Amino acid sequence: MRKQNTAMPVLHISKRTSLPLYKAWAIRAVAILLALVVCAVVTTALTGLNPLGVFKAMFDGAFGTQRKIWILGQNVAILLCVSLAVTPAFKMRFWNIGGEGQILVGGLATAACMILLGDKVPNWLLIVMMILSSCLAGAIWGGIPAICKAKWNTNETLFTLMMNYVATQLVAFFVIVWEVPKGAGKIGIINQDTHAGWLPQIGSYKYLLNILIVAVLTVIMYFYLTRSKQGYEIAVVGESEKTARYVGIKVEKVIVRTMMISGGICGLAGLLLVGGTDHTITTTISGGRGFTAVMVAWLAKFNPLVMVLTSLLLVFLSRGASEITTIYALNHSFGDILTGIILFFIIGSEFFIGYRLSFLKNEQKEGKGNV
Amino acid sequence: MENKTAAVKMRNITKRFGTVLANDRVWLDIYKGEILALLGENGSGKTTLMNMLSGIYFPDEGQIFINDEKVMIRSPKDAFGYGIGMIHQHFKLVDVLTAAENIVLGLKEPGRLNLDEVARKVKSICDAYGFDVDPYQKVYNMSVSQKQTVEIVKVLYRGADILILDEPTAVLTPQETEKLFAVLRNMRDDGKAIVIITHKMHEVEALSDRVAILRHGQFVGDMLTRKTNAQEMTNMMVGRPVTLNIDRPDPVNPKPRIEVTGLTVRDMEGTLKLDNVSFTANSGEILGIAGISGCGQKELLESIAGLQKVESGSICYVEDDGRREELIGKDPLSIADMGVCLSFVPEDRLGMGLVGSMDLTDNMMLRSFRKGKSFFTDKKQPRSLAEQVVKELEVNTPGVSTPVRRLSGGNVQKVLVGREIASAPMVLLTAYAVRGLDINSSYTIYDLINKQKQAGVAVVFVGEDLDVLLELCDRILVLCGGKVSGIVEGRGASKPEVGMMMTRLGGKTNA
Repeated sequence: MRKQNTAMPVLHISKRTSLPLYKAWAIRAVAILLALVVCAVVTTALTGLNPLGVFKAMFDGAFGTQRKIWILGQNVAILLCVSLAVTPAFKMRFWNIGGEGQILVGGLATAACMILLGDKVPNWLLIVMMILSSCLAGAIWGGIPAICKAKWNTNETLFTLMMNYVATQLVAFFVIVWEVPKGAGKIGIINQDTHAGWLPQIGSYKYLLNILIVAVLTVIMYFYLTRSKQGYEIAVVGESEKTARYVGIKVEKVIVRTMMISGGICGLAGLLLVGGTDHTITTTISGGRGFTAVMVAWLAKFNPLVMVLTSLLLVFLSRGASEITTIYALNHSFGDILTGIILFFIIGSEFFIGYRLSFLKNEQKEGKGNV
Repeated sequence: MENKTAAVKMRNITKRFGTVLANDRVWLDIYKGEILALLGENGSGKTTLMNMLSGIYFPDEGQIFINDEKVMIRSPKDAFGYGIGMIHQHFKLVDVLTAAENIVLGLKEPGRLNLDEVARKVKSICDAYGFDVDPYQKVYNMSVSQKQTVEIVKVLYRGADILILDEPTAVLTPQETEKLFAVLRNMRDDGKAIVIITHKMHEVEALSDRVAILRHGQFVGDMLTRKTNAQEMTNMMVGRPVTLNIDRPDPVNPKPRIEVTGLTVRDMEGTLKLDNVSFTANSGEILGIAGISGCGQKELLESIAGLQKVESGSICYVEDDGRREELIGKDPLSIADMGVCLSFVPEDRLGMGLVGSMDLTDNMMLRSFRKGKSFFTDKKQPRSLAEQVVKELEVNTPGVSTPVRRLSGGNVQKVLVGREIASAPMVLLTAYAVRGLDINSSYTIYDLINKQKQAGVAVVFVGEDLDVLLELCDRILVLCGGKVSGIVEGRGASKPEVGMMMTRLGGKTNA
């Protein structure tokens, strides 16, 4: 039974209780630097290209021209909007991965208003109706799984996921109903002549309105989650339903209300896409943002202000990656490899922020960055 | 000491959690053939020290010697290799397996598994020390004390001869405790080294041969149990002289406040948890509830608090002017809206009473955050309440912005009790208010409860330590299997009498 083992353990992992902010950011910076080094090595090894040139192309792809910066801003705004939408649900530990579907039904409601009412009501009334109907549609789409969860404790992950497919099929159906011209299989630009229902453009900046709306929404969501009574209820329900019931919070009501807010904001993102920029609807209009948003929210630990940074990071990476595949005529997967490496290091660095590694034998060093 | 051989020597053991020094250069010897009681207040580092011995934590500094040989314990598996077994407060058994299956679970013995052979070996261990275990019984059919026995047999089966028990009696009845002690004494006589962590002084005196005392992570001394007494040990633990008597002021103008009649409750599976329970809780009086754990105490309190679905019966709240309000069918919010000021200190502190990841201020608002018409929360009042609770109840915390999960058990309880009595309740329900708390914290809580009683509050005190119930309560209601076994006067009731009523309906009650 007895083991004779007196070798020193080399590594020892312990949880940190707290870490000053600057140290946490230093660890993140080291992680990004290391990620770039690994990316450079991989780039040279696999393609023989100069890594600095590849990095520059990546950067240029996101920030190269004024137009590119605007597109970046628009993409960040929409992604951030969806991330803000899923955050209250996630804080409540309600795994809403139905952002896609909620965006789609929001966009569908917007498109329906534009197509059916475009020449029947004044433009301002049309836009008001678009806003209301898109939010309502998203809220209903988010509310259905919430009601079932509250009433019968159904699994919200599967339910919201399946609602995505229903929404996709619904959009596909209406695309055929409204297709222009008949047989085209797509709707095309809605109200191209009248611009009825197009969200107003501020000056000559096509995307500015969307960006401003999401900026305001970010601040509102921040205060909603951290300062409001409803935000407090969400946090309590998320931490412990038993505690919530004990202090008389009506858990079912909070679940349904929060998911309707979550879905409603997703619907708003659909409005911004359909009414603000695309002026059409397709089944792929959300572009996977309902899922990417989950990552944005988690990376930011559900802090709406930090989400500005994390959504910027993800959009930057994807825009940069597609740029290098075009410029260097590389396979699209190569850009994804680089994105993967960078994300791996950034997520990995959180481990070193949460835990301390000590090497025993007198010297107490901290490991950073590398995994 | 008395030419005994040290099974374990811990030298200069230091363990830090962040900036907190949990163990500070601790020296501790554990001898063969001896029962050592490890004493200390909450957060004094007892469990941390033992966790390092059983391989859960790794010391930052210091050495451990087993049989005079320097060892390195990196995992519970290593600990087993050195013959160290720890029985934790929370059992780690698989419900659907039998005792024997649980015992061999995770053991990598060569050859095919022969459960009958295992059962035989289990039987021989049981016979050697006087355990009572049926190897073929499924764990879900077992009582708490049987489960604990399985845990002990499990570590013995693995060849442990150094046993560590972390508060083993917290869940046992007096009779079961006696049985456990007899077994532990047998094991000691067999030459095993036994360490027991406990807060109950009379158990230390009854069982242990030697006591070792920790204070604020430091070893303050050890002595033979027979050469010391509860008062001296307590003083050493706390670091200053303390009084060990629980006050019991006379009831203040008692009037019926809560009248429960014919209360019957079934749980989700349809099992009868409370059967036709009737009693009255008076204002200005402490009503103790005694009983083996799981006899309906939880359901009783939660029914009054509006958290439990009730099958039949009535719970009436009687106001000072004689008005009566029915509480059944109301949720906590509507009970509060009716103006019934009810405070409830539940058993599950971090799972129900508080939110572990929130700080003290946010936890203070749990009850009161709805106040006012504003859409936003007001954090000023909860913050000053938190500061007040920290100051008045001497809560040991870095500040009011610390998540309560980081506090030690006693401090968590002070925060919870502090919040519940801050609302100036008319009724105070407490479940195991001092469970896991050290002497000093326990007395703080008794004081608080007595103050509430003197302020005219009707206190319902569910307890597990009979000595405390008998010293603190004005009347004691004894539950047995969900039925009222009897109600006795706290003054004059005897421990065996109440113990009998806990196990057998009626016992031999009068009152």
